[in-house]
Amino acid sequence: MKKFVAVVLLLGLIFTGTCFAEDPNQASGAAQNTQSDIQSKSQVDTGDTAWILVSIAFVMLMTPGLAFFYGGMVRRKNVLGVFMQCFIVLGVITAQWIFYGYSLSFAPGKGFWGGLAWLGLNNVGAAPFKDYAATIPHEAFMIFQAMFAIITPALIIGAFAERMRFSAFLIFTVLWATFVYDPICHWVWGVGGWLRDMGALDFAGGTVVHINAGMAALVTALVIGKRKGYNNRPVPPHNLPFTVLGAALLWFGWFGFNAGSALGANGLAVHALVVTHTAAAIAGITWASLEWIFNEKPTIFGTITGSIAGLATITPASGFVTVFAAVVIGFAASVVCYVSVAIVKPKLGYDDSLDAFGVHGIGGILGTLAVGLFASKAVNPAGADGLFYGNPKQFLVQLIAVVVIGVYSFVVSYIIYKIVDLFMKVRVTERDEIIGLDLTQHHENAYTVIE
Amino acid sequence: MKLIIAIIKPDRLEAVKEELYKADINLMTVNEVLGHGRQMGVTEVYRGAKEMGNLLRKIRLEIAVNENFVEPTIKAIIKGAHTGEVGDGKIFVLDLAECIRIRTEERGGEAIG
Repeated sequence: MKKFVAVVLLLGLIFTGTCFAEDPNQASGAAQNTQSDIQSKSQVDTGDTAWILVSIAFVMLMTPGLAFFYGGMVRRKNVLGVFMQCFIVLGVITAQWIFYGYSLSFAPGKGFWGGLAWLGLNNVGAAPFKDYAATIPHEAFMIFQAMFAIITPALIIGAFAERMRFSAFLIFTVLWATFVYDPICHWVWGVGGWLRDMGALDFAGGTVVHINAGMAALVTALVIGKRKGYNNRPVPPHNLPFTVLGAALLWFGWFGFNAGSALGANGLAVHALVVTHTAAAIAGITWASLEWIFNEKPTIFGTITGSIAGLATITPASGFVTVFAAVVIGFAASVVCYVSVAIVKPKLGYDDSLDAFGVHGIGGILGTLAVGLFASKAVNPAGADGLFYGNPKQFLVQLIAVVVIGVYSFVVSYIIYKIVDLFMKVRVTERDEIIGLDLTQHHENAYTVIE
Repeated sequence: MKLIIAIIKPDRLEAVKEELYKADINLMTVNEVLGHGRQMGVTEVYRGAKEMGNLLRKIRLEIAVNENFVEPTIKAIIKGAHTGEVGDGKIFVLDLAECIRIRTEERGGEAIG
């Protein structure tokens, strides 16, 4: 294991070195913004803007939805701990985003990060920024993207649930957003990002959100170790109705996540919504069927897990593939995630408590590769054709994106964890773990026994 | 016949159950209770108001046994619940006057096992 981590570390370091090459034109790019700002003030489309405002609210609701989804799965002594982690991420990452995160992620530039042109939302106003969204105010695009930056670190919570100190979690999350999320976001979506220039397709965050969070989840689960008393059997969820409520809110929010990523109220947004809904539905049915076949009975927990896997998998493909492809992707998502959660995880014996990697990471990888197979210019002329439409090169590009982002996220998340662990213990004491995070980290209790 | 009541830490329940099964004891009633021993509980804060919580969650086990099972049961509970820290709990042994199995109306020692 140590050797493996060392090799991965080394590869990661060599790779990150190549990304630090700065682009001399970066500064002039920022200067042109103001020119284009003046010209494009009149191009704001009210319908597009209205849909994006709605989508922002949709995606914001996903993080509290995730709190319920995860909160229901943990033991009742830890439910507030999970809620608190999700809610504080809403606060902390919003602050990080408006101060410098948005600039690092999206300011045009060919560097490791976007650059500092939009620090503190400097030059981010009512005028559209054409390269990202030509018909909505730049500020709307900024806050829409903030919701993605928020939910991504929140997804990782599922991996180290029930055993991470709150203070360490906060520091880890801010560092992770800065050194993992922001650069990857820039490479894939930012103007001058090298994966974007290479032609990697990610409609709504299969790489930036799901693979990224999934790999960070895997590495943190491995480093922090198993929960006390974990014996490779699932810990019974304390409140499945919460988990169902959370899944419902996530499914609802995902329409803003994927259809909102069309950045306009148009046919592409409608299509993205239809394929998103299709994949979620088919994946839910598939998981229920698999359980019925292999475990005698279909379960609600399985059905919603399947739906979430379907949603995570369709995310990168939602604006590029046909409805038929969405059916295939939804089916494959459930089969592959079922195998990873029900068979592979117990065999390998790591404790990814709430399957953040097994569902989101695996789903993101599968979906990103599926884009390379099923993408079609007939669906989205701005996209590309995939392998099944006579363009094998696209599959290769998607594969490169998966490997690079997977390795980078794994390695840097590991380094950040270790650095935080140097300064403070990341894991709670055994006594605190037994009593639970609600009482020890927050001095509150979710449920009373008497009255 | 004796009734054995044990108050233990919630997270030791699984270990205690395992030890009891090993000793061939698999009939028990389990309750969640609040209790207070010599230790203090954990402080709780609600919207700024501090409360010294002094009652902790515990598990109460009740097991009815025949005389020959009293010591094995006590040993099993101790083995499963012992951590050596304050708050490991207590075991009470009470005399049991009668036991009736509802289905068959058996009485006494016959009805217990």
